[in-house]
Amino acid sequence: MVSLSDYLILSSIIFCIGLVGIFINRTNIITLLMCVELILVAVNTNFIAFSHFLGNEAGQIFVFFILTVAAAEVAIGLAILTLLFRVRGSINVDVTNSLKG
Amino acid sequence: MSSEQIIFYILSFWFIASSLAMIFARNAAKAVLFLVLGFFSAASIWILLEAEFLAITLILVYVGAVMVLFLFVIKMLNIDKSTLRAKFAGYLPLGLIVALIIIAEMTLVLGGAQFGLEIMPSPERHGADYSNITVLAMQLYTTYVYPFELAAVLLLIAIIAAITLVRKKESTHKKQNVSEQVNVRAKDRVRLVTIASPSKEKK
Repeated sequence: MVSLSDYLILSSIIFCIGLVGIFINRTNIITLLMCVELILVAVNTNFIAFSHFLGNEAGQIFVFFILTVAAAEVAIGLAILTLLFRVRGSINVDVTNSLKG
Repeated sequence: MSSEQIIFYILSFWFIASSLAMIFARNAAKAVLFLVLGFFSAASIWILLEAEFLAITLILVYVGAVMVLFLFVIKMLNIDKSTLRAKFAGYLPLGLIVALIIIAEMTLVLGGAQFGLEIMPSPERHGADYSNITVLAMQLYTTYVYPFELAAVLLLIAIIAAITLVRKKESTHKKQNVSEQVNVRAKDRVRLVTIASPSKEKK
């Protein structure tokens, strides 16, 4: 039988892969958004594993809302990306420094 | 090793492998396709956890809509590949160190001593008459109906925000100027002119 710790360790590995992706893809906003998606899927796997092992459906409801928010985030993020490309002609993160942050 | 474990390890291997291939892919379109493979593996793992509705939703919504949106944007924007990987090597050691430390800590905390089968036994599998969608719907439309409606409003806001952001400001189509239309007066529009009639000119 697969134990709960197997699922939790799997999702932590996926989470860390998403984190490394954000570290090494610092110049490409599209890949950054995809790494955020990967991290969200890892978190959702955590929720579903606990929901299954505790016999409580509230975790699956939570995943439902996370999927909704992530879809909205991607839609607005890609809209901002398209706008950035139209204004700057590039989606390089290094170019977007006009706020001097 | 039971068949469930074998299936779990195969799916986990594909999930981790496709995620690694995604973050190291040089081509953004290939990265999207690897992420699709990863999502399919994740959905299969969710089905192993008896969350059938969410697994199907992940494939339909994420692979069907969100990933296609990613591909659409990647193909629409002409991205220069050479400039995107300028700092690739610089941050890789730091990222690997951070990730390995986090994985080691998580493995210590989440290992078999804390969440193993002895402490948290695997629940009984549901029978063929169990419907995951019915259970979720009962919760969603009773206890969580207010957050459900808020999620609908959030999606509406996302639609409006996305359309407003990418709409071109200098529009090429004809449009009304309502304040001009309201403030117009009759003498601005109608001009009475006297035209000499040709019959009088002959005389």
